[in-house]
Amino acid sequence: MTQDAIRQRERRVGWWLITPALLVLLLVFAYPIGRAFWLSLFEQNLGTELTAEFNGLGNYARLFGDGRFWRSLWNTSVFTLVSIVLELVLGMAIALVLDKSFRGRGLVRTAALIPWALPTAVMGLAWAWIFNDQFGVVNDILGRIGLISEPITWLGDPFRAMLALIIADVWKTTPFIAIILLAGLQSISSDLYEAHSIDGANPVQSFFQITLPLLAPQILIALLFRFAQAFGIFDLVQVMTGGGPAGATEVVSIYIYATVRRYLDFGYGAALVVVTFLLLIIAVAIVGYLLSKTRINVTGER
Amino acid sequence: MTIAQQQTTENKSQIDWSRIGIWVGVVLILLFCLAPVLWQLLTSFKTNEAISAIPNIYFPTPNQLTTSHYTNLGWTFWRYVFNSGFVSIVSTMICLAIGAPAAYTLARLKIPGQSIILACVLIVSLFPYVLLFLGLLEIVKALNLGNNYIALIVPYTAINLPLTILVLRSFFQQLPKDLEDSAKVDGYNTVQMLLQIVLPMTIPALVTTGILTLIFAWNEFIFALTFITEENMLTIPVAVARIGGASAFEIPYGPIAAATVIGTFPLVVLVLFFQRRIVQGITAGAVKG
Repeated sequence: MTQDAIRQRERRVGWWLITPALLVLLLVFAYPIGRAFWLSLFEQNLGTELTAEFNGLGNYARLFGDGRFWRSLWNTSVFTLVSIVLELVLGMAIALVLDKSFRGRGLVRTAALIPWALPTAVMGLAWAWIFNDQFGVVNDILGRIGLISEPITWLGDPFRAMLALIIADVWKTTPFIAIILLAGLQSISSDLYEAHSIDGANPVQSFFQITLPLLAPQILIALLFRFAQAFGIFDLVQVMTGGGPAGATEVVSIYIYATVRRYLDFGYGAALVVVTFLLLIIAVAIVGYLLSKTRINVTGER
Repeated sequence: MTIAQQQTTENKSQIDWSRIGIWVGVVLILLFCLAPVLWQLLTSFKTNEAISAIPNIYFPTPNQLTTSHYTNLGWTFWRYVFNSGFVSIVSTMICLAIGAPAAYTLARLKIPGQSIILACVLIVSLFPYVLLFLGLLEIVKALNLGNNYIALIVPYTAINLPLTILVLRSFFQQLPKDLEDSAKVDGYNTVQMLLQIVLPMTIPALVTTGILTLIFAWNEFIFALTFITEENMLTIPVAVARIGGASAFEIPYGPIAAATVIGTFPLVVLVLFFQRRIVQGITAGAVKG
């Protein structure tokens, strides 16, 4: 058999091997997104008795003037930005501690994985209980140390409800960031730090001059994954606040879900899906571009 | 005192400080990660009076403890555990069965459009599921698959495929190529070689990936919430959330806590036994992709 024939056969086998996976991915990812693009051009809601009527870009015009959508986008942005910044700082701190050697390190690492592994929806209920107005442990502790004299409302207050959601999200997802950063820390050679300290640098300088620059790829990867997840956050908000009070924590995904499931407004829901999808793709493209740049810069080091 | 001596004493005091710093950090990490879980565990064993006591009770006496929240959950709750387990295990098996060959193709066999496929796999792993449920809901309705395990198994297989493909691909790339070359010389064709030589060596990577996909499938919420409405077909996350929304007047914290403990117990066991593999899987999926 000639080299060409072998290669051709290999290629055919390759297609056979990859096709089942591709079909499932197309069905569950590509079809719904494509379908949303198509459906967003139609009006299909209770007003049209759930039949699809062509509406051109009407749904997008409506979206442009829909204050509730812009508010949900704002809420999503606040949630995403604040939680990611906190998670990065905290995740870095945890990774730095777990990178040191101490007795029982394996156990501590195991404990640090627990929040990541537990279902968000279920732990959202646990956090709602922690932030309970009457019997919640947060109010109890704040009362005992004298910061508050009366129990305060958490999930019923617009600002504090958002704060509670962010705290719960930080708890849940910081381990993921810590794990990725820890892997990066372990790949940095200790020679670099020794050489640096011989040059007279203190640990803080080493952190900013060696650790941070060399961790840039891991930081960006963690940022990318976390951005996408936080931007689409659903479970936590749904069980903790349902978007309330009075829409103060309604994020985009909660609005989309309500539009489709509660108001049965399929055409408009599809338009919301399309816009959210496009915003996400733009943001991912930006981070991906930054990532490809840093990767080239550090390839020499890895 | 010579300079050398001075340096060693300085080093000593420095080491002590950093030791203390590390242990403070460790205690804070443990508190941060475990306190919410332990509080839920404690709540699940407290009597209703102890749960609603002000100020809160952190160290209950024996007569403030009860197992009634667990016994009250009843047998229906085990049905949810079964549903979650069944859906997660089946989708994990399918995911590995179709993900491993795909990963092998992307690692070794040159097919046209390879890098595009890989880029797409990477990008879809970032999609929030809220973008998908509308289109999938239409399919589920059209095929009359509501309240059917298939309505969850297929999406769960799909959402775990990107991770599976990325982790296994990086594993296949690390395998020595000589082995496959000599197998070919011995007359194996690609499929035989994959099944008889490569796959047995892949078992550790399959276990690593399988644990991650199990966890993700067990925890999934929005598809389960949308496609399953029948009481005895619910999975754990939705079932537990329903207990919370069941009564309008008084939220049953004890039963929720007990349900939380049972519903998350399998995951805690997985983490305890497979901590290393989980960390490997997360880093391989995120970093090497």
